[in-house]
Parts: sequence; C-alpha cells; structure tokens
Amino acid sequence: MYRSHVLVCGGTGCTSSGSEKIITTLEEEIKNKGLENEVAVVKTGCHGLCALGPIMIVYPEAAFYAMVKAEDIPEIVEEHLLKGRVVTRLLYDETVTDHGVTALNDTDFYKKQHRIALRNCGVINPENIDEYIGTGGYEALGKVLTEMTPDDVINVLLDSGLRGRGGAGFPTGRKWALAKANDADQKYVCCNADEGDPGAFMDRSVLEGDPHVVLEAMAIAGYTIGATQGYIYVRAEYPIAVERLNIAINQAREYGLLGKNIFGTDFCFDIDLRLGAGAFVCGEETALMVSIEGNRGEPRCRPPFPALKGLFAKPTILNNVETYANIPQIILHGPEWFASMGTEKSKGTKVFALGGKINNTGLVEIPMGTTLREVVEEIGGGIPGGKKFKAAQTGGPSGGCIPAEHFDIPIDYDNLISIGSMMGSGGLIVMDEDNCMVDIAKFFLEFTVDESCGKCTPCRIGTKRLYEMLDKITKGQGTLEDLDKMEELCYYIKENALCGLGQTAPNPVLSTLRYFRDEYIAHVVDKKCPAGVCKALLSYKIDADKCKGCTLCARTCPNNAIIGVVKEPHAIDQSKCVKCGACMEKCRFGAIYKE
Amino acid sequence: MKSLEELKAIRERMQGQVGLRSEDSSQTRVVVGMATCGIASGARPVLTTLSDAVQERHLDNIAVTQTGCIGLCQYEPIVEVMEPGKDKVTYVKMNPEKALEVVEKHLIRGQVVQKYTLNAENIK
Repeated sequence: MYRSHVLVCGGTGCTSSGSEKIITTLEEEIKNKGLENEVAVVKTGCHGLCALGPIMIVYPEAAFYAMVKAEDIPEIVEEHLLKGRVVTRLLYDETVTDHGVTALNDTDFYKKQHRIALRNCGVINPENIDEYIGTGGYEALGKVLTEMTPDDVINVLLDSGLRGRGGAGFPTGRKWALAKANDADQKYVCCNADEGDPGAFMDRSVLEGDPHVVLEAMAIAGYTIGATQGYIYVRAEYPIAVERLNIAINQAREYGLLGKNIFGTDFCFDIDLRLGAGAFVCGEETALMVSIEGNRGEPRCRPPFPALKGLFAKPTILNNVETYANIPQIILHGPEWFASMGTEKSKGTKVFALGGKINNTGLVEIPMGTTLREVVEEIGGGIPGGKKFKAAQTGGPSGGCIPAEHFDIPIDYDNLISIGSMMGSGGLIVMDEDNCMVDIAKFFLEFTVDESCGKCTPCRIGTKRLYEMLDKITKGQGTLEDLDKMEELCYYIKENALCGLGQTAPNPVLSTLRYFRDEYIAHVVDKKCPAGVCKALLSYKIDADKCKGCTLCARTCPNNAIIGVVKEPHAIDQSKCVKCGACMEKCRFGAIYKE
Repeated sequence: MKSLEELKAIRERMQGQVGLRSEDSSQTRVVVGMATCGIASGARPVLTTLSDAVQERHLDNIAVTQTGCIGLCQYEPIVEVMEPGKDKVTYVKMNPEKALEVVEKHLIRGQVVQKYTLNAENIK
C-alpha cells in the first residue's frame, strides 16, 4: 500500500515536453530518500492542460505541479514527499490563491468541465488493467452479458440520446439496431481511431489514457449486434496509443475479458488492431473498411450502408473512439443520467481539442449546450495578448467558422449546422484579429487537395480549382466574378462528391464567404489583406519620424533590402524586400509597420 | 477470469488505492506531523500504518496526508483528525498500535479515543 500517489502525465503532449525524464528522475530521487515503498509513481494519460506540460499531480493532497522540470524534482521529493510541505512556487498558479491552495476542480479550466469520456484520463495508469477495473471497468460488460438482452442495450442507447462523436452525429442506438436486424453468419465491430483533422487529438488522448474503455465498449457492441470480431483502425502516427492498445488487448485476453466464453457465458469476442498509413480519407467509413480489407483506401458508394454490407461485405458497425468511451458509463448509470446532460437533441458531453490563439491549449470535456464564449473566455482562459476574438473554426477541413456575432451560441450538433459549421470530431481552433480568413480557407483547401483520394472528379478536380482561385485572391489577382464562381463550384462539389471528404471540403470556403465576405472583397478590390497575413498584398515600411537610424534593421535584413546611414532615417527597398518581418521584430522604436 | 465475482474482487482490491486520487471537500483529513521532530520520534511508521489501514478498509472518504511541525514537539508523533463541520481532534505521542486503534474507533465508528488526545495530557 502506498500512502501517496504521484501522477505524471504520459500523454503525447507531456511526453514531448519531457515527462519521461521527469519520471526517471522522480523514481531515482524517491529511492534515494528511501520512500519507494511509500510513494507510488504512476504514468497516466492526458489531463487536458497540455499547454502547461509536463504535468504532475501529487495525491492525497491533489497538488497540481505544472511545467515541471527535472531539476525541480529533488526539491519536490525532499519538501513535499518527505516533509509534507507543498512546493507552492511550482504549483499551477490558478490553484494558488490568497487563501491557500484550491482544488484543481475549482480552477476556471476544470470548473465547467464534466468528464465522462475522459473520466479516467490522467487518473489511472493506462498500462495496468487492474486500475481500470478499480474505477468500475468491465462492470458494464459484466452487466450486459449477464443481465441484459441485445435489445435492452439498444433501448438504453436510444433512450440515452447518444449520437456519434465522429462528427456526423448519427444516433448510435439506431446504428446498432440496424446492424443487429441484418442476419449474417459473421458480423464485425469496428472502431474509427483514424483521427486526421488538423488540430484534433481527442481520440488519441482517450486511447492513450484509457484504452480499456474502448475494448469494453466494443465487446458490448459485439454482444449487441452478434459479432465475434472487432477491429480498431488506428493511425500509425499515434505510436503511444498503438503501444497502449496492444498492452491493453493482451491484458484483457489474459484476464479472459476478450476471447472465448467471456464471464462464463456463450459470448466470444476478440479485437485486433489495424494501422492506418496516414491517409485522411481512411477516416471515412467505407474507405476505412476497404483499407482494413487490405485494399487501397478509397470510399465506395452508399447505400448499401455498412450496417448491411460493411467489412468483407458483412454487416458492420463503425463508431468513433469517443462514442465508445461514453457507452460503459451509460450502461452503468442508466440512460436517464446521460440524457439529463446536454440540450434537447444533443445529449451528454463533448470533448474538444482547444488550439490556436488561446491561453489554455488542451483538451476539455463540456456538456453539450455550453456556449462558445464560456469555452473560449472561461475554460480556455481567453486570447493571448488581449487580442480580439475573430472566429472559431470547428470541424477541421469539413467544418466552418463561427464568427464573433455567434459567440453566445450554445454548442451542439444542430446549432452548429444551422450556422454553417459542424461539430466534426471536436477540433476547436480559435482565431484572433491577426488571422486572415481567406488564408485560413486556403489552408484547409490545400489540405483537402492533398488528401483527396482522386476517385471522384468533383473532389479531385473541384477542390484543386477552388484552391487555385483562393490562391489568386491572396495574391491580389482575384476578381469579383471569382467569388461568385467559387460559390457555384462549392455547391457543385457538395452535391456531387462521392464521400464525406468531398461533400464537406467546400465548407471552410462557404462559411468564410458567408461571414467574412468583406475580407475577400478587401483582397479583390482594394488589394489589401486587412489582417496583414497575405504577403503579396502587404509591404513593410519605415516611419521616418520614429526611425532613429540605429541600423539594427539593416543589419538584421537577410536580403540587404534596408538602406540608410547611421543616425538618419532608413528606408526599405521594396524590390528587394522578401517580407519576412525580421526587421519589424527587431526594431526597438516601433518605427516599422506593415500595410 | 471467468466470473463476475473475480472482477469484483479485483475491483475491491484496487478501489482503495485508486480512491486515493480523488478531490473532495467533504473528505475527512488525517494529518500526521512530519517535521524533523515528528520523524525523529517515529512519525513515519504511524503515517504508513494509517495510510495502509485506511486503504485496506476502503475508507474512501478519508485522506491521510502529512504536514510540518505543529509546534508541540515534545508530544510528537502527532496525528490530527479533521472532519468537516466538527472540531479538530489532536492525538499525541502516537505509535502504530495506537494509530490502528484510532482508525477502528474514531475513523470507522466515530468515537474519539479520548485517552490519546491532547486534552488527556496534563499541559501546564
């Protein structure tokens, strides 16, 4: 028995900021002080506050140390673990108040969160099945196998109102019911862990922090629809997640929680991993199944839907990681509990990956219906440097922008669709006044052009043409007719593309055209980029009144574009300037500006 | 594992340990003085005994933690029990056996073990 547990985050964020080194130093120091039988060091999954990594929490005091460095470890061990004095200086400053140290759950970042899918992330050691069982793991599977019929499970899911967390929001209970209703000698349960949206990392965190919850939910799905084999399709770019899934699968097999006659019943179920090779389109359900079959990952027509003819032409259900992560809790606590959270048509919680111009970059799980303002200003801690909020991008390359005028919109599936964006898998990128919306649309189009599989013409050629028009506009060569042509092409692609990738690819263009048409017009008519991002449309200039002639800029310029003599105002030779902005960063007098 | 009973057994074994990682203002806090004076007079075995006993008995609502010098060095090892909404109880001159008695009588049954408290000592 240990009197104290030190939890160190082993998620991708904290690992890259050096948590492995923290763990080894910590273990050494604890040994030096002879505390190895009293203090346990536990490597956990993501706590969500990735911006403050590496993160370390010491229980039972629940002291939250942020941005821990290896050289701080001896002090923490000596003072806190040995003598019981929390090292306040190194705590996350939000938890330190005039009245002492507050609970982590009372900080702005965690206060409004409600963790269901992430409940074990950052709490248990994901590589130890016993810890998962200790928090109630595999109890839902036991309950389903011994007390419930498949129809009971479907009814619980339908009553709970759970909708697919991958983006489209299809009711999970209905999906399972369709697959159950189709008779076949073999059926399959698949998990979509091919998280590809730029800026989204919710599924990775669940897999890294709580892999067993996915296995348990997939086994429940297998029992419900009558499948004996499951596949998790996970991208190879998530090495930590893959490793922990492998460990989890082996442990579950050892315990007989996967395999034959689970819990002494007739139910048999096993799970295998399939690694994605990095194609975005493989996150589309039909392409994903084609890829599992061993073929080139390209989508096919629907119908027939996977519930009828999916993997190897057998009835298949495919759910997203986060959807699965909710299911054991719904089984244990009942559908009413889950349905009591959220809005009328979107129940429960949603995990968002906060990124972009926001202070608390990281992972948050909030009840559906939380407003964008609460997410950005309270949980996210606002925008760095006191800049003005311009828009939030949700749904990645398939989604759209939510402008400031909709800052108070409650976030749920239907509200986001109604304003031309979508929930998507949950990436939420915040943009401030320094972001150019045309440039953002161009960025996402560049991504879809790259990732289009090329099977259907509207997507293969249409997105390329859209990209070219956006490129023209950012270079100041666009015309007003281009804007209309672009809009027409967008609708054409949406209606005619084969799969979700193409059908949603124009969304970033359409939503920026809808809310930020004035920025497009500024690029086309005035040949200006209001945010000062598009290089072709701006030039750097020196204010002769402010310039002291210190020559710092001239020495900094990589292309010798700045001319002038000491103590005289300098000037920039526009024909040589490469617009790198180095001079502006260096100037101590604020004499250089761009327009 | 072939039965729900086995799953339950693992759960019960692990629950006390994982339960340590909770944050709850309704928790009872048991604090052991672990400054130089406390350690020198044997606070460490008291702390580990308390911590083990609380976890073994699944007293999820009790957190055993340590603190610095309370200021009564000649009465160390000192253990303070703070229950929400009640007066703090200070036990003095503790050892592992006395600590177990406190767990059984005070933490589980709610009866303060008067004979070990600071009040029972004749402080002049």
